This record gives sequence, C-alpha cells and structure tokens, in this order.
Amino acid sequence: MREPREYDDIPGTFVFDGEHSRKGYALNMFCMSLNEEANREAFRSDEGVYLDRFDLTGDQRRAVLDRDWLRLLELGGNIYYTFKLAACDGLTMPELGGAMSGISGEEFTAMMVAGGRPIEGNRSRTEQH
Amino acid sequence: MARIVGGVGSSHVPAVGAAIDYGKQDEPYWQPYFAGLPPARQWMADTTPDVCIVAYNDHASAFSLEIIPTFALGVAPRFEPADEAFGPRQVPSLEGHPRLAWHLAESLILDEFDMTIVNEMPVDHGCTVPMSVMFGQPDEWPTRIIPLCVNVIQYPPPTGHRCFELGRAIRQAVESFDEDLSVVVFGTGGMSHQLQGQRAGLINSEFDVAFLDDLTGDLQRLVDLPHATYLRDAGSEGIELVMWLIMRGALGGEAKEVYRHHHVPTSNTSNGLLVLEPA
Repeated sequence: MREPREYDDIPGTFVFDGEHSRKGYALNMFCMSLNEEANREAFRSDEGVYLDRFDLTGDQRRAVLDRDWLRLLELGGNIYYTFKLAACDGLTMPELGGAMSGISGEEFTAMMVAGGRPIEGNRSRTEQH
Repeated sequence: MARIVGGVGSSHVPAVGAAIDYGKQDEPYWQPYFAGLPPARQWMADTTPDVCIVAYNDHASAFSLEIIPTFALGVAPRFEPADEAFGPRQVPSLEGHPRLAWHLAESLILDEFDMTIVNEMPVDHGCTVPMSVMFGQPDEWPTRIIPLCVNVIQYPPPTGHRCFELGRAIRQAVESFDEDLSVVVFGTGGMSHQLQGQRAGLINSEFDVAFLDDLTGDLQRLVDLPHATYLRDAGSEGIELVMWLIMRGALGGEAKEVYRHHHVPTSNTSNGLLVLEPA
C-alpha cells in the first residue's frame, strides 16, 4: 500500500492514481477495445470467450459479466473506460451514475435538474457521518 | 507577428454536442443552456481568429493507458473527429496549422516544457464540442486549430501552476511567430462534475462561480489550487479546470471578462462558458 494521501478521505470517489491504474490496466484496456465495432460484436456474441483475450483477475472478470459498475471501479476501472462497456450495453451516463450511486437513471437525472448532488456533507468521510 | 486576441473557457460535455448534432437546442431541458450562447458566438464572429489553440483532454479516444502524454501538441494538417464507441460526431474535419504548431513545439521545448509532438490523432468531444459551442454548425470550421491535449484522467494531471506557466510560454511563442495571425486560446472541460462512484452527480456552483470570478480577480488563488481541492470540491472530473489556466496564462498579465454563461445541469455537469480578452 502506498502512503496516505489527502484525497483518501473523499467519499464515494476513486482517484485514478498510479496504484489504481496498475491494478486496472488489463480491465481498462479490455474496455478500450470496445471502441471498435468488430470487437463490440465479438464481445456481444460470446462475452466469456472475448474476455479470455485479456489478462483479467477472476474478480474483474466476474464484475464485467455482472455489470457491477461500482465493483469495476474498486478493481481498478476508470470511469471513461467502464463507460465504454456501459455504452456498448446502451446505457447513458445518467443511468450509469444512478447505478453507481444506488438510484435509477430517472432519479439521477431528476437530482441533476434539481442542482446536482450537493457538496455540503460530501466533502469528506468525516463530514458524511 | 502573431498575437493572442482572446481566450475562451468552455465545458466540453458530450451531450451538448449531441444536442447540437441532433437539433435538440430548443427542447425545454436544453433551451436555458443554448439561450446563453449567442453573445459568445457573436464575439467569435467579430473576432474571426485565424487559428484557435484548443487545450482539451482526450477521453480514451486517441490515447489509452498505453501511452499517457501530459502535454501533447497536434502538428498535423488535419484532425478527424474520433469514434468514441458510438461512431464519430458528424462535424467537419478540423484543419490544423502545422507551421505555427511546429513553431510552438520548438519554442515550448526550448522554453523547458517537454511537449509530446503528435502527427496523427483523432480528436474527441473534448475538442469538438467547444468548437460547436462557439461556431455552431458550419459546413467548414472558419478557423484553423491546434489541439493541445492534456492528461487529466491519469492522476496526477499537470498542476494548475504548470498549466498557467505553459499558457504564458504559449503567449511568448505565438508572439515570436513570423506571420501576421490572430489567435484565440481555448481552455476546456469542467466545471464541477463527478461521473464516477457513489458521489456521482456532485455539483458545486459556489466553487464554479468563484473560479470564473477569479480568472480576472484573484488569479493567484487559482494558480495555487492543489489537486486535492479540485477533487474534493469540484468533483473528480472537475480537475479538468486546470486546462482553463493554460488559456488564462496565454492572455498575459491582465485580462478582462467580455462574457460569461453558467448553467446547471448539462447532463452530469455544471456548464461554464467564459470569454476573456487581454486587457
């Protein structure tokens, strides 16, 4: 584990630093491959076989197959990469935002229209409790 | 001699590009945002820059985690819109300015900014959306562009201070170019937003308004803002705002605000648009 950093106590946030990036390299590069239509088709036709091309951990593989969006971030995923998987499924960014924060896409959009998730109470873990 | 005649700060929200491309500007959700664009577009139409230098970030389109350049300068004669996993935006190709771009690269590197030089790269919404915001939907873009791609996805991005200093060096480089050109510099991205995790949807308008104010006010406060403050107070993706400091640095010592528009939300994002001129 690396040394403690000032951003460690920001709640509900995965800072994509070196440690995170190292952990998620294969996972994110799998997501990157979905930029190409031929790869999207191959993935859709047999997800398990397609994932064999990448050096994922068992946990990462399961999180991809389960579309466990928050878990993907915990396992080194970066949102700009995992969004490619979501887009491949036809999900929008608000739907993905809802899925990661435990509400529906409609509820997420309504929250945004009402001004977004407030900063008050969300600056730090201690402030949240 | 070339000269910098203005600066534009603009968010680069993909959904704004889609709203333009698919004619949704008059829908109730989008109308308040698009209602604020005409004065900025009029300024741009009056200013008619020969070249726009656009500081933006790539979102896993031209670059992946394979190679992560901190500052990548596009020197190509032409840049195509990228396929971002759902087909490229149907906007015109962007014409570069290789001679000025190479001059910038050489000048900046000798000025100790270790630029990555890029001859081939598609540009994604980070670059094309601010162009649409400022120029609408022309058959051809009425300006040439030099894309300056900044890493803000892999932590750590360059510091705000470094971005500001790069902007100052860009000003020097532009002013030492031997052709009579007018140049507008764009700083794009932000404002407060967070796309990821349980805190997705975070907005901090107070932070954003203070940021807009201090680009012509307490500039030193912005130059000194640490990464952790952006991450905490503007959301993990709000750290894109460091790119606005490249634009501000390029304007020189004093700058005056010509126009601003701020609207929440566009998709997940607090949307800012700012037009500055060197004072």
